Amino acid sequence: MSIAGEHLGQGRGAPGLRHRIPQHVIASPSSPFSGSLAVCLALLTAWLVIGAAGLLSPRNVRYAGRLLFVLGALVGFALAAAAAWSLVKGVTETSVLPIGLPDLPFHLRIDALSAVFLLLLGAAATGVSLFSAGYFRESDGMAPGLLCLQYHVFLASMGLVLLADDAYAYMVGWELMALSSYFLVTTQHRIPEIRRAGFIYLLMAHVGALSILLSFGLLQGGSWHFTFDAMRAAHLSPGWAAGAFLLALVGFGAKAGLVPLHVWLPEAHPAAPSPVSALLSGVMLKTAVYGMLRVTFDLLGHPVWWWGLVPLAAGLLTALYGAVFAAVQTDMKRLLAYSSIENVGLLFTGLGLSVVFLGAGMPALAALALLATLYHCLNHAAMKSLLFLGTGSVLHATGQRNLGRLGGLIHRMPWVAALTLVGALALAGLPPLNGFVSEWLLLQSFLFADEIPRTFVNLLIPLGAAVVALCAALAGYVMVKFYGVIFLGQPRESSLSEAHDCGLLERLGLGWLAVLCLALGLAPVQVISTLAHVTRQLTGSAAPRGATWWLLAPIPGRAVSYSPLVFLLAGAAVVVLTVLLVRLFYHGRVRRARPWDCGFGELTSRMQDTAEGFGQPIRNIFQSFFAIERELPTPFDAAPHYRIAISDRIWRALYEPVAGWVRRLADAMAVLQRGRISAYLLYSFATLVFLLAVVLAT
Amino acid sequence: MRLGPLIAQALEIAVALAAAPLFVGWVNQCRAWLANRSAPSMLLPYRNIRKLFHKDAVLAQNASPLFRIAPYVVFGAMVVAAAIIPSLAGRLPLVVAADAIALVGLFATARVFLSLAAMDVGTAFGTLGARREMMIGFLAEPALLMVIFVASLISATTALPAISAHLASEHLVIDPSLAFTAIAFTLVLLAENARIPVDNPATHLELTMIHEAMLLEYSARHLALMEWASALRLFNYACIGFALFVPWGIAARDIGPLGLTLAIPLLALKLAAAGAGLAVIETVSAKLRVMRAPEFLATAFLFAVLGLLVHVLLGGA
Repeated sequence: MSIAGEHLGQGRGAPGLRHRIPQHVIASPSSPFSGSLAVCLALLTAWLVIGAAGLLSPRNVRYAGRLLFVLGALVGFALAAAAAWSLVKGVTETSVLPIGLPDLPFHLRIDALSAVFLLLLGAAATGVSLFSAGYFRESDGMAPGLLCLQYHVFLASMGLVLLADDAYAYMVGWELMALSSYFLVTTQHRIPEIRRAGFIYLLMAHVGALSILLSFGLLQGGSWHFTFDAMRAAHLSPGWAAGAFLLALVGFGAKAGLVPLHVWLPEAHPAAPSPVSALLSGVMLKTAVYGMLRVTFDLLGHPVWWWGLVPLAAGLLTALYGAVFAAVQTDMKRLLAYSSIENVGLLFTGLGLSVVFLGAGMPALAALALLATLYHCLNHAAMKSLLFLGTGSVLHATGQRNLGRLGGLIHRMPWVAALTLVGALALAGLPPLNGFVSEWLLLQSFLFADEIPRTFVNLLIPLGAAVVALCAALAGYVMVKFYGVIFLGQPRESSLSEAHDCGLLERLGLGWLAVLCLALGLAPVQVISTLAHVTRQLTGSAAPRGATWWLLAPIPGRAVSYSPLVFLLAGAAVVVLTVLLVRLFYHGRVRRARPWDCGFGELTSRMQDTAEGFGQPIRNIFQSFFAIERELPTPFDAAPHYRIAISDRIWRALYEPVAGWVRRLADAMAVLQRGRISAYLLYSFATLVFLLAVVLAT
Repeated sequence: MRLGPLIAQALEIAVALAAAPLFVGWVNQCRAWLANRSAPSMLLPYRNIRKLFHKDAVLAQNASPLFRIAPYVVFGAMVVAAAIIPSLAGRLPLVVAADAIALVGLFATARVFLSLAAMDVGTAFGTLGARREMMIGFLAEPALLMVIFVASLISATTALPAISAHLASEHLVIDPSLAFTAIAFTLVLLAENARIPVDNPATHLELTMIHEAMLLEYSARHLALMEWASALRLFNYACIGFALFVPWGIAARDIGPLGLTLAIPLLALKLAAAGAGLAVIETVSAKLRVMRAPEFLATAFLFAVLGLLVHVLLGGA
């Protein structure tokens, strides 16, 4: 475990990592605890049982909605604990389950990488399930029992994806995940837009799955064995390996929402009920990142440095795209969906950077970039789930998703407002919360990019840091807009005065995620030393941990450190001291009065910035990103009317032409479809003759 | 832990708290000289703060707790920043807690709280100010980060004291990349501290104001803390500038009485020069229209990126 003496740049030209990884794998199962995999499997099965139990009394909200979801949350907590245990112990276990087709048993495996993501799944599911227990009501379209089934199948299928050790089990889990989440997205299937969103989601999920399947086809390297072990052992020519990598990038990128494959994400996330959005964004996007990490670092083994440039560039573009679009949204859940796209971009940026470093023979730096990626996965799961759940509470209390009809909810919903504030500040990347830690790690790893021994790359990559910095700052803008418009100011509708705070279970769910945000923010040294198991597995180098338990100093030889705890204590001390001194020397008298109206008269809520107004600077600065349709009133209008619609250029530039070709192709094929039985019999006959000819010829 | 560094740390915070309003007074004095008018006393900012502390706070009826907490958070962030920035000495106890990136994060925290508080009451000016502040912030923050990146790449660390110690130990020749970043930093300083040409600290003309618009609802002790915090912000930015571009004279290794007694008058000298320079810039330039501010900041960002490119190009050679 010691990392003493390991220096940056050491390991340049080291022998292939492939040889190092199995050694670690062989060394680790000697841990005293065995059966980690069995425990995880049992917990996933428990989720399935809970889901099936929902069908016993599907219409009973108290039973299916309350009881079963709380049980599901407990299972999630247990899963997180089991995964954390096996991660800390460094367990690697495999087993073969004789289910599925006769000759194709499920190969399963838990190692450090899957344990981290299982931990993420369990921890996020705990909060989301607790919240869901209080959230789902009678009127939500689908019967609660049915919802409970799909919800828990969704959770269990994500677990299967993380545990799978052969392509077959992986694809079964992957497809199960796509289907169960499709039904969850279309919970309110009576609304046409939601059906459309679900269709786009399903379509993109399958385009992605196809690409992943092809990638697995390349990865087996002619051995026709589809276990991951066979893929690890396969020797691919550089061209095929690059092909497998790029196909995997397309497939997993489609699931994660990488531009230009992101179009389903801002449609599907808002359509789903809020807890489902939280899972989609918080956990499911991370399974795509998991898959990409698995293929790149584990199955392919030793990536070539230039591969990394592709996810790096795509990630930076995605991050900027998502951040800019998030700033101009007027629907609170769409805003969060675009913000998820931004964060996925940052994840792929870190992944790409890590590949570049590893390929250039700098495993310590690869570990640092990978660490930033993994850390951000955990962070984003906690904070984005928290925010989506917060929007769920707002939606329930007000029935509004449109930012233009919200406002001032901090007075009506103090719990939701306070807990959501934690998530918003974390997502804005402010210290000492968790979003900042991963941003800090990512920027630190960018700072070493000038040491890459490739001339143009070391020149261009530092520019990536500029984009990351811009995205981080934009995230702050987005979060001020999100929080300020929903919770602060005056209520924009009179009906908002009837809004109520959320119930106890919902508070517990939100609170759990807020605590996760705080813990991940304040204990980075502990988190990093846990994640080091993964970086050692994937890059052969453990990212160094902190100098002490409270001081994060990830880079040996450089005087770089960050201690959120000291930071928070110092800040809190100053604040408390200031409050006390002001009270001591002066007074604490407060008078309430009407706000200053500049002598204008009555201030109305319509005088505040709307969501459109708040996004206007971004709309102006990044005009070329958007396709804007605007109707402006003229001075002669009797009833002046203003309307603006902002849409994605990529729809028109990429998807509509493709959809057009597909339709034209289908029309051409329709010629065959005569609707006459004699024609079809003729086709069958011709096919038969053709096949017979082929058989005879060979 | 030895007592010396702790005393030096306390001294640094105390100097920042005491000198920040005076620095604002000095800039106003210089502006008055350049405009050929007689200035108010340089001590006016202190009197103003004292007066405000004595008054009763008037809050809007619908002000939430966030509105009342924000001044303390903003002030606290600025004080912590002052403790981290090596204005008198490097290697102080609190310095390990945060490097330059965390410092930028700290400024962002203050900005976010200020903007949220401005949106809290829900007046037209508050939200307008918040929107403009965030617009300037989201462009200024990456520019500032880029400036810090260039300095970090040169000195192979992101810890501000280490950067300034490294730069101070180098020869006196100006690094070309640092020249570009110095321009960028100056532009960021003007924008972030609500100075002309981006904002006018003396105006209450509604169409143009940014910072003042956000403070309209504040009164008494809350306003005093906000004013003090914005004075501290100017002081902090000036000290970051000194640490990066004129790092000589900061007691890097020797945190003894001698080093500190030398550092204080030197800091005063640098502040006097910087204040005069700021007054000159403000006097000779005209205020930009708000919609031109992004271009101004994009220039800053580009200069910083240019500095980065120059560094990588020259450093690689």
